[in-house]
Amino acid sequence: MEFGRKEGENMKVKSNRAKFGDWMFVLLCVFVAAICLIPMLNLLAKSLSSTNYLIRHEVYIWPKGFNLDAYMKVLADPKYLKAFAWTAFLTVICTIISLTMTALCAYPLIFPGLKGKGIINVMITITMFFNAGTIPNYLLMQQLHLLDNPLVLIIPSCLSIYNMIIMRSFFYGIPDSLRESAEIDGASFFTILLKIYVPLSKPVFASLALFYAVGRWNGYGDALMYIKNKDLYPLQLLIYNILNNINSVEVATQEGFNTPGLSESLKSATVMFSTVPILLIYPWLQKYFIAGVTMGAVKE
Amino acid sequence: MGKNTTVAVPKKKVNWKIYLKRYWQLYALIALPLIYLFIFRYMPMKNILIAFKEYKLNMKLGDMPWASNHGMKYFIKAFQTPDFIKALRNTLMLNLLDLIAGFPAPIIFALILNELCFKRFKKVVQTIAYMPHFLSWVIIYSLSLQLFAPNGGFISELIKASGHEAIPFLGEAKHWVATYVGMGVWQNFGWGSIIYLAAIAGINTELYEAASVDGAGRFKKMWHITLPGIKPTIVVLLIMNLGGIIGGGFERPFAMANPAVMNVAEVIATFVYKVGIKGLKFSLTTAVGLFQSVVGLFFLLTANWISRKLGERGIW
Repeated sequence: MEFGRKEGENMKVKSNRAKFGDWMFVLLCVFVAAICLIPMLNLLAKSLSSTNYLIRHEVYIWPKGFNLDAYMKVLADPKYLKAFAWTAFLTVICTIISLTMTALCAYPLIFPGLKGKGIINVMITITMFFNAGTIPNYLLMQQLHLLDNPLVLIIPSCLSIYNMIIMRSFFYGIPDSLRESAEIDGASFFTILLKIYVPLSKPVFASLALFYAVGRWNGYGDALMYIKNKDLYPLQLLIYNILNNINSVEVATQEGFNTPGLSESLKSATVMFSTVPILLIYPWLQKYFIAGVTMGAVKE
Repeated sequence: MGKNTTVAVPKKKVNWKIYLKRYWQLYALIALPLIYLFIFRYMPMKNILIAFKEYKLNMKLGDMPWASNHGMKYFIKAFQTPDFIKALRNTLMLNLLDLIAGFPAPIIFALILNELCFKRFKKVVQTIAYMPHFLSWVIIYSLSLQLFAPNGGFISELIKASGHEAIPFLGEAKHWVATYVGMGVWQNFGWGSIIYLAAIAGINTELYEAASVDGAGRFKKMWHITLPGIKPTIVVLLIMNLGGIIGGGFERPFAMANPAVMNVAEVIATFVYKVGIKGLKFSLTTAVGLFQSVVGLFFLLTANWISRKLGERGIW
């Protein structure tokens, strides 16, 4: 009896302690989540607040003097809207082209009997570890007459070897027997890609589409280096210039950007507006991009 | 002997015919990606020669004269350029600080997440923690302005409201470095944890059960089961990070820098952009870029070699 009671007590104490510990970890996670969210909430609050409060630096994470003026001004600015539409267009085109290129590169490499596969793999691996460098790339764009050409924002970045490896790992996971039985039925390799591999690979396509799309939507380095024509600036480069008061951008709201208080809400609204599309999309693809990242790490 | 060879040759030819008839479509499919790689990844490599030559705007690459000192003129010149030395120092310093602060963060976060027993809550926290990864560096720069601007910045105003003196987060070298590294950790800790969570999920649950029976507590299990279980992943990622210690992208330092802190914010990538593309000193900056690529490759190979010597798996 004695022994049994003691044991029971111990168990009780232990489970209580575990419960307390669980809550500590919950608290820790709430804290971490807050650190992630507060900068965005602060930005959102500033974009929705009135100038008076902003001048007095009274806005933290809740808007004061709620109004949508800043968003109205941004939406009324044709330069900004044009850059938004241009970047959205670029993003869609780049994603489609990149996914196609990635599939075209990954699919033939899963065939064990493909002659020259070794050489191709070496060629591909070298490009992962050695890049010619900024200036040699720049000179190539010059030689190919791609400077100040909208194509320079699409073609040079249309295949990522890391993403190709992710797709290839996924293709490897599709049973060979499916492919082989289709071959026996007389299907061509191209038909097998279209009718078997692509439909079965929706998760990896979703994941890589997100990676490519986010890369294009967020990228600005290539535009900064290769594009001089302001009409071709992607959104992020325009925002960079707005944030740094580079006046050459000539956006209609330029005046507002130089007014204290208003400039803060305008800049916040501009940034918010350009981030919303991604923030709306990525949570829905969480399952897929987690699988994508994990697969990229699997060693062959 | 002669008979054998005459038999073997036609046999091989027939094989190729059958082979190509069967496989030509695969070559047709991979042709486009290979042409892409050739044009955009291999063709620029011949432009590396500019590092060893005197770049002349109106000349073909082959006609440009070789640089003095057996073509090494611009490599020597780079190391006599104080701005490059500074950029090299800053690159190493910022990358090292990134590694020290940024490498353990995802591991710790994954360990914390692994202790959560409320599944839905865990998923929500994950979604929120992945968010910063999807923001561009321009946006993160603007967030850092909104947080740390001396007037009106969220954190700055909080510090002032609590009666302390404002901290020059963005305007003074040391504080800027801390802000730069901090925003980097903020951007990456959630995303980086994905891989560790996957590694943790792969650990045999029987080990935990056995440890519980033996009376191991939460932290004992973390230390003796979880961490050893994800050690291979940690090692591989550490190698890749060490390999990148002299590398580093362009968009982050370029967006985060401001004129007041250029002394610590100028890295090799931004130096090459300013002196090369803006300043048109192509030979010098190509030499700098080549130096960076080669040293980076050397670091990566060395890190991989050391890890294999220590009995861990390398990245290849």
